[in-house]
Amino acid sequence: MKIRSDPATMIFLTLALLSFAFPVGYDGSDTVSWWFDLAAATFVILSIATAVFQLISRRQDLPTALVVTAGTVLGATAPLLAIEYLETRGFEALGIWIYLVGLGFLAWRAMALLSAAANFSLIITLAVPALFGIWLLYLWQVLTSGFSIPSVLLPSPEQIGAAINANADMLFADFYQTVVKSVLSGFVFGCGSGFIVAILVDRVPFLQRGLLPLGSLVSAVPIVGIAPIMVMWFGFDWESKAAVIVIMTFFPMLINTLAGLQATGKIEKDLMRSYAAGYWQTLFFVRLPNALPFIFNALKINSTLAMIGAIVAEFFGTPIVGMGFRISTEVGRMNVDIVWATIAVAALVGSVFYGLLAVCERRLTFWHASYRQAR
Amino acid sequence: MTDIGAGITPGLWHRLYSGKTFPVLTILLSILILWYAGAVYMNSDRLIDQYERNKTDWDMEILIEDAWSMERPILPAPQQIVVELIDTVLGKNITSKRSLVFHAWITLSSTLLGFAFGTILGIILAVGIVHVQTLDRSLMPWIIASQTIPILAIAPMIIVVLGHLGLTGLVPKAIISMYLCFFPITIGMVKGLRSPDILQLDLMKTYSASSSDVFWKLRIPASIPFLFTSLKVAVAISLVGAIVAELPTGAIQGLGARLLAGSYYGQTIQIWSALVVASFMGMFLVWAVSLAEKATLRQMGGQTA
Repeated sequence: MKIRSDPATMIFLTLALLSFAFPVGYDGSDTVSWWFDLAAATFVILSIATAVFQLISRRQDLPTALVVTAGTVLGATAPLLAIEYLETRGFEALGIWIYLVGLGFLAWRAMALLSAAANFSLIITLAVPALFGIWLLYLWQVLTSGFSIPSVLLPSPEQIGAAINANADMLFADFYQTVVKSVLSGFVFGCGSGFIVAILVDRVPFLQRGLLPLGSLVSAVPIVGIAPIMVMWFGFDWESKAAVIVIMTFFPMLINTLAGLQATGKIEKDLMRSYAAGYWQTLFFVRLPNALPFIFNALKINSTLAMIGAIVAEFFGTPIVGMGFRISTEVGRMNVDIVWATIAVAALVGSVFYGLLAVCERRLTFWHASYRQAR
Repeated sequence: MTDIGAGITPGLWHRLYSGKTFPVLTILLSILILWYAGAVYMNSDRLIDQYERNKTDWDMEILIEDAWSMERPILPAPQQIVVELIDTVLGKNITSKRSLVFHAWITLSSTLLGFAFGTILGIILAVGIVHVQTLDRSLMPWIIASQTIPILAIAPMIIVVLGHLGLTGLVPKAIISMYLCFFPITIGMVKGLRSPDILQLDLMKTYSASSSDVFWKLRIPASIPFLFTSLKVAVAISLVGAIVAELPTGAIQGLGARLLAGSYYGQTIQIWSALVVASFMGMFLVWAVSLAEKATLRQMGGQTA
């Protein structure tokens, strides 16, 4: 894949050079350009230099990709400096925004180069999405502070980070209440009972024929709606949240495990029979390993369902701790930065939970077709 | 597994046993029996308490009868829910705020709008991911990560930000639905657009087909079955999104609002009837999508399984 012309880098060069002609902010009442601060101007020039280097060399290897990435990161600090030291007054600091649009193209180029070079290295493969995420956070920061958006509407990542720092104890208490007490217990119990019932049902073909068609109906039902009823039955504390999660996670687990247990082919079963293997031996050595991809599928679906279930149930009544409670009260008190801090914690917890499941899946089902190296 | 009795003329019992309808009906019936028993069990404590306070004589028969007709039961009996459903669906004027049809319509409209948004967004993302390697590498992990964020956590913020931009009413709820339902569509479409194998792609190359030809004449038709499978998942999720979105928005209309109001005032029968309507709506939506699937596949040359 050879790219002759390099439109993204050229657009960046044009826009970056253009941005020198426009003001990047007010120092007192005078408009100033990038030269207001030697550091900012140096960073802009460095990013331009890497773009020129990329245009001239036209190489697509890893070192070039890293140089362009470094250029992007250096270039990205210039708007931050300008916003920090100058008054930007929204669109009047046109230079910053022109440069920022250009920088987007350069970042795109850096990601394209990195992902072209990523084929053999795990770290680089992880670096591309990381760069993308950092770029989004950076845009969020620059736009919210550059346009001075009120923090009641949308706080900047910096303010959210400060809120996380300042309220670490409270956030941990919420995390403990919602995740450790409700989500984990509900998740373990719901998935466990779904799994056990699936194995029992699998022994009785009659029940299987009765349950499978119902299962697809149940998957169309918004089970979250059961939350207010569970809160009435089990009270405000974590038990009611766990109950909602148990019901939500039970059916995906049951259906997926049943489907997985049927995934074993006739040949494998016949082979086990010719080894004179009993029911349990066949189950443990052939059918359950074969069902693992289905089971992990259910576990992954359930991990997101469990978080949703817990937070929804907290809307219907809760002790004065918990993530759902925190969000609904702090929105009312206009402490939007704490709300976003809680969202950040929830996102982190959810991603880690999902990531752990994905890692376990890879370890346990490495033999499965979907993990074989493609071509 | 079903041919155990092959060779013998299957009797009526055996035909019933190995069919599908009978097992399903048996399980439904046992759920119903369990439900009635559960209603007696869960409501009895409060009833016995009441009897003893009023010093009325009671036996099992009266207890069961009362348990199935309480005003605010812990677990209402099915026929109470049916009565409430008939009353609020058929007995009320459709435009009245007491009619469940009215509330169901509110939820349905935001579900459908969100579903439409989600389908469009999901397909666009999938097309981008399949065609641009950088997007595949950079965006895909974040699409998965986006689903690990519990949507309800962001819902109030979406309402605040959109409200500031002047969007209120249906659109914020639809956007929350969209956030939940674009995901399965993206995943399914990426899989579907990549499903043509190398032989077929090579064949297109020998025809010297342009990449837009490959896209429209090979990739899109190949992805249609995958699309419909994920649409069925997505429409059910979209309904969940619409209901959940009504909770933090303080909505007073819609099935989610009915749930919330019911839980505030302890109206269990109202909660259950809203749940039943929501369930039927979910099943109906999935059924409608699978009808569309059958029609489309027949149009495309009858690849129906």
